[in-house]
Amino acid sequence: MSKKTLIPIGPYHPLQEEPELFKLYCDGEIVKDIKWETGYNHRGIEKLSESKTYEQVFFLVERICGICSNSHPFAFANAVEEIANIEITNRTKYIRSIIAELERIHSHLLWVGLAGHFLGYNTVFMWAWKYREPTLDLFEMITGNRNSYGMFKVGGVRRDIEESKIPVIQNVLDDIKKKTDLLAGAVMDDPVIHARTKGVGILTLQDVIDYGAVGPTARASGLEIDVRKDDPYAAYPLVNWKVITAQAGDVFAKAEVRLLEMYESISIIEQCLAGLKKEKEGDIEVKVREIPEGIGNGRAEAPRGEVFHFVMSDGSTSPVRHKIRAPSYVNIATFRKSCIGQTIADATISLAAVDPCYCCTERMAVAYDIHSGKKILNAEELISISVKRTREIKDSD
Amino acid sequence: MDTKTIIEEFKGEFMGNILEEVTKNERRVIITIKPDSLLKVADYLYKRAGFRFIIASAIHTKRGFEIHYHFSKDEIGLILNIHVILDREKPQIESLSNMFNASNWIEREMHELFGIDFLNHPNQEKLISEGNWAEGVYPLRKEFK
Repeated sequence: MSKKTLIPIGPYHPLQEEPELFKLYCDGEIVKDIKWETGYNHRGIEKLSESKTYEQVFFLVERICGICSNSHPFAFANAVEEIANIEITNRTKYIRSIIAELERIHSHLLWVGLAGHFLGYNTVFMWAWKYREPTLDLFEMITGNRNSYGMFKVGGVRRDIEESKIPVIQNVLDDIKKKTDLLAGAVMDDPVIHARTKGVGILTLQDVIDYGAVGPTARASGLEIDVRKDDPYAAYPLVNWKVITAQAGDVFAKAEVRLLEMYESISIIEQCLAGLKKEKEGDIEVKVREIPEGIGNGRAEAPRGEVFHFVMSDGSTSPVRHKIRAPSYVNIATFRKSCIGQTIADATISLAAVDPCYCCTERMAVAYDIHSGKKILNAEELISISVKRTREIKDSD
Repeated sequence: MDTKTIIEEFKGEFMGNILEEVTKNERRVIITIKPDSLLKVADYLYKRAGFRFIIASAIHTKRGFEIHYHFSKDEIGLILNIHVILDREKPQIESLSNMFNASNWIEREMHELFGIDFLNHPNQEKLISEGNWAEGVYPLRKEFK
């Protein structure tokens, strides 16, 4: 057997700019085996959460991910509200869903751009990221922040969307719709994109079920799951929309699902805005006295799939246990199925097709030794570990 | 099929292995089972009843180590928590990773952060702290500050 060549992607991803390490073992151009290393950015969020009050945890979980910084607070709110048996007001429901869907639009645009970048199609990258910008401006107007919105709290949201803002949002949506048409056309009808993505990185329905994959990754392989429909929360049962699926399971199908989902998101936001007009302004929270003892399973559909938060309360002001499962945790694991047997160039886009978010997947950092209380690592040691590690990677195989 | 029928069928199948059942509402049910029946239960849920494995959450409590295995029946939005309580001194339970790959990483993570052993796991290596964390120190145990 010929000697396999190791091609590392990481520890710092050249395109996604996040810490992870894929080791591609290649025979010529073909990927024969693949391994994954993570933990470079583990921040201890689950442990940290146990030392925060429920109100503080929202700000903590929001920082798990910069792109879907709304979906973690959403799932956490669902979990805590389940424990305390809180029924939120309709206005809160609409506002929460509007934020979540705006986020889906900007996240999918970001992915479309990155996917173009991966394929060497930088026009798509430039376009998509340019069209994403007005969405971030909307966030700034509605929440005060372009990212990490700080909108959620137990039983409500922190800011209202006043009547005067609705036409502004509607204008941006009209514009995004036109731009999505343009982008969808550029992606769906382009022969080069077809050649690069069709039949590439296929996940079968059985693979998806076996790995428990979620979100567009699962829906592109024909598995019709979407938390918004299956386990309805917030305003999703109050509006009309449909779950987008595709059958092929390849990279193209994943792109198709995401692009078409953007239209659904726009439609959901429009219906929510209409719903807002019927509700009394300012009615955005219910009083919460205490969080009783109990457990809550909260989930929300992030742009990448189901976010799951398990919260256990003992009746005090902080959670006893807070388990977080980001969608990338199950989606990234499918890489063995989608990449082995592909060429290196196709493997990179197959890895990116699940829209991986490495920071969501990792949650702990090493800083102090518990016995001596001394710092385990200082900067010099970190550099020496890094050098050692690079050498190890180079030397292995 | 509704939640009630599913739970009734489940109870019929595993009568002697169920320690406690809490139905919070139509979409949230917690069933505590004997740890040694986990493989049979998971096999039934995954292969016969059409459940999806979401994730498992381990907890360090006064009773020892507890794991909630979260299964989802997506058609009706049901989350079924299969709850087991493990020994305080020597926590161990059968691995589910030979049945489905979805549990592979989370079992490695629980092994790493709680020190729970998953028997017959295909590859119980460290997932997140390979090579830079002390052996025998489990950060998500309650005594770890």
